[in-house]
Amino acid sequence: MKTLILQGLAVLGFVFFSAMFLVWWERKVSALIQNRVGPMVVGWHGTLQTVADSVKLLLKENIVPSGVDKLIWWLAPFFVVVPPVMAFVTLPFGKSMIVRDLNVGVLYVASMTAICVLGIFMAGWGSSNKYSLLGGMRAAAQIISYEIPLLLSSVLVVMETGTLSLQGIVEAQAHGWFILKPHLAIAFLIYLIAATAEVNRCPFDIPEAESELGAGYHTEYTGMKFAMFFVGEYTSFFIVAAMATTLFLGGWQGPFLPSFVWFLIKTYGIIFVLMWVRWTLPRVRMDQMMSFAWKVLTPISLANLLIGGWFMVNA
Amino acid sequence: MLNADYLYIVFFQFLGVFFVGSAFVVSWLLRPRLPHDPVKKSPYECGELVKGTSRLQFNVRYYLFALIFVVFDVEMLFLVPWALVFREIGMIAYFEMVIFSLILVLGLIYAWKKGALEWQ
Repeated sequence: MKTLILQGLAVLGFVFFSAMFLVWWERKVSALIQNRVGPMVVGWHGTLQTVADSVKLLLKENIVPSGVDKLIWWLAPFFVVVPPVMAFVTLPFGKSMIVRDLNVGVLYVASMTAICVLGIFMAGWGSSNKYSLLGGMRAAAQIISYEIPLLLSSVLVVMETGTLSLQGIVEAQAHGWFILKPHLAIAFLIYLIAATAEVNRCPFDIPEAESELGAGYHTEYTGMKFAMFFVGEYTSFFIVAAMATTLFLGGWQGPFLPSFVWFLIKTYGIIFVLMWVRWTLPRVRMDQMMSFAWKVLTPISLANLLIGGWFMVNA
Repeated sequence: MLNADYLYIVFFQFLGVFFVGSAFVVSWLLRPRLPHDPVKKSPYECGELVKGTSRLQFNVRYYLFALIFVVFDVEMLFLVPWALVFREIGMIAYFEMVIFSLILVLGLIYAWKKGALEWQ
């Protein structure tokens, strides 16, 4: 019990600092790409900027707009933050750094990332704001559409290993990462694209397209509730990157360095690539996004699954 | 899943609720309480006065995509247990899944031809 509480507190601390670090890093990466310097004033190269921002958000007054659906509106931040925190139960950080190796790991993490759509839609519906409602609707349509290619590409890894346990999947990659096999390399690309959409990041960030919808589903949120949406967003971001590492890039496998260092290097590497994509590509339109999910990604991932399965069954 | 596994999951659920709840409580203790007026509490609509209700009718396309999603989600439900054992069963399991997927793909092609995947 004592170790469980310590592990839990470690995870909470990690969630908190990872979200703060990612907000700062995202601003630095965007600045680098746009030839600016980014935050520079608070702390060394602006490292404490996020701390200052959180204190500011903590001290903001509480504005509840008239007409909100109070229960749903207050519950939405919980639904955005709690599922990603729960996904940490079975994330293999290192050889023995895992809270509990669930035997349904892949399915469990996929369901936890999918629940976030509920929180986003609750925020959109509860806010009594036209922009929020539009953002919530878009987020729901987008996340359920990209759920299919995401799961189809993860299932290919399950077929390869015959286990849903994340630790088992990492151990199966001891003699070569899965990305080195051609059908799994395609699955990795599909996974990355679908994961970008799953966490509402540019080029798929139309649920909060700031030039059309204000801030989308969290337009009406202020102070700590707004901050919670940020924590939830960046924690889900970390989770999908960590899953990409675990499923395709060999998880914590790697020479010389301790296993959790390898895991963090690979995960933050994927996060960097996704940030790079975000600040390079323009936003897609709603119709382009939906037709891309259903007419391109889903058929490709299904064909990839069947062709990959054919080679596996004949190997 | 073992029974003990659920204990871990429930514990982490409480942890998440505690995390968000404590952030709200700290903010509640520290934040200033300023007078509210109707303009400040009105929903954001680019600074204009709010027109009509905010729960508008939305595009019926969202429902169509949700319906197609349900079909494929059920397929995923079958795919995961199949993926776990298909190497042991071999060729028969593979061809059964090919037939099952082809039926679903026919459905997708039908929806495509009918224009359910067009966004207007």
